[in-house]
Amino acid sequence: MAKRTTGGGLVKRHRLSTRIWHWVNVIAVFLLIGSGASIFNAHPQLYWGNYGANFDTPWLTIGARADAGERQGFVNIAGIEIDTTGVLGVFEKDGEVRTRAFPHWITIPAEYSLSAGRRFHFLGAWIFGVAGLLYFIWSLFNGHIWRDLIPRRSQLTPAALWHDIRQHLRLNFLHGGAEKYNLLQKLSYAGVVLIILPLLVGTGLTMSPNMNAAWPWLLDIFGGRQSARSLHFIAAFLLVGFIFIHIALVILAGPINEIRSMITGRLKMPKEAPHD
Amino acid sequence: MTDRRTILAGLGASLLLPGCERIGETKPVNNLLSSVERLTLDAQRLVTARGALAREYTEAEMSPVFRANGTRQPASASYARHEAEGFANWRLSIGGLVNRPLNLSLSQLRALPARTQITRHDCVEGWSAIGKWTGVQLSRLLDLAQVSNRARYIMFRCADEIGGVPYYESIDMVEARHPQTILAYGMNDRTLPVAHGAPLRLRSERQLGYKHAKYVMAIQAVEDFTSIGGGKGGYWEDRADYEWWAGI
Repeated sequence: MAKRTTGGGLVKRHRLSTRIWHWVNVIAVFLLIGSGASIFNAHPQLYWGNYGANFDTPWLTIGARADAGERQGFVNIAGIEIDTTGVLGVFEKDGEVRTRAFPHWITIPAEYSLSAGRRFHFLGAWIFGVAGLLYFIWSLFNGHIWRDLIPRRSQLTPAALWHDIRQHLRLNFLHGGAEKYNLLQKLSYAGVVLIILPLLVGTGLTMSPNMNAAWPWLLDIFGGRQSARSLHFIAAFLLVGFIFIHIALVILAGPINEIRSMITGRLKMPKEAPHD
Repeated sequence: MTDRRTILAGLGASLLLPGCERIGETKPVNNLLSSVERLTLDAQRLVTARGALAREYTEAEMSPVFRANGTRQPASASYARHEAEGFANWRLSIGGLVNRPLNLSLSQLRALPARTQITRHDCVEGWSAIGKWTGVQLSRLLDLAQVSNRARYIMFRCADEIGGVPYYESIDMVEARHPQTILAYGMNDRTLPVAHGAPLRLRSERQLGYKHAKYVMAIQAVEDFTSIGGGKGGYWEDRADYEWWAGI
């Protein structure tokens, strides 16, 4: 494995705008996920439609109940319940049993505070929103989105997809050729940049009552404020999933080479082409 | 390698997590977070129309049960007396920077032109409920009292106390003059229930629930609120650092 990342030449992989945006996002998304979990804890239920409160039926609940004296944490999704004691709903902090949806090691701040969570969330949102907008405009302008992120029609064949999946399963991530990203990378990056991130911003704004008044079409696009809140949570959950897979693949592909490429822009290519 | 990584990860976690807890309490970070609130208000006011109306819903879209939140029953003896009297001797006082201070009874308020609106109430916690509110536009009361041009905020003094501190709120003139900003005496085609703020509560439809002061006893036009209460313009703003502008 180590052989694959040694001996090859350095190629320029990531341009400056991508590298700056990546690390700005590391900070912003870290803040947003932790503070978002704090905000969720204030009302750990999600609904569809315009309204939703304690007397209405949620599609998702993270909660706690006392079961024969033992406190039990659970996640209920559309009636299907999973015991999550110790992780979600009920957990321990400093030897004390706490009942909150997300535990202290996820939330920002660690100690429950809705107002502090909101303030950190809006700070993160400004960094994330402004950086994302600049990057998006810049990437449309320099062709990054069309050239590197959107898969070509010729690439989108079952055979090509199967080939790429096989390469990934063999832990062959680096490849030569004119294309910067392989098909699975293109699909996931395009999905995050063009779908998940705009969805997070759009649904986030839809939760603002003042934005609702000014731009009521936001409510129509997302099917009401509580639907927007649900979609915001789902999109955040997908983003967290992406981040986990992303980090796992960076580690598998050679973390030093990969992290360097996101700092200096240069990636060391394998000596022999790993393609079969 | 594994050891080093474990140590680094542990070190990172121990530096990062408690750091996050304390960093928010330092002055520069607190100032930064406060300026973000200002930035959000200015940016939203820049891209949105001042007079934009909150969406009004149909009766079919109303919440079957509207959750009551905050105080559900003010504890004071004077409130109990008003409640027992059906608020017949209750008066809304309008004062501060006005040329014509007023004391209005509930029947005088009901005699003024009414506005009914079915709107969504969004709590800062994240839940929403849709209800029908009937009341008098605040702008009409401000005109009756001839509010001074110096007034920048309208304060609402409430009959309820939380932890021994009276509830109060304030909004700026943009929201105070907004056509949907009403003092409601009716809810869902009935008299406003005690749990929802009888006899009179504020509706400020482009802001979160904690701005919608219940049990309103007095309205006061002021130039500045820094010397009132904890100086942040409202009960929750003083007590737990909630944003004064609650449009997001």
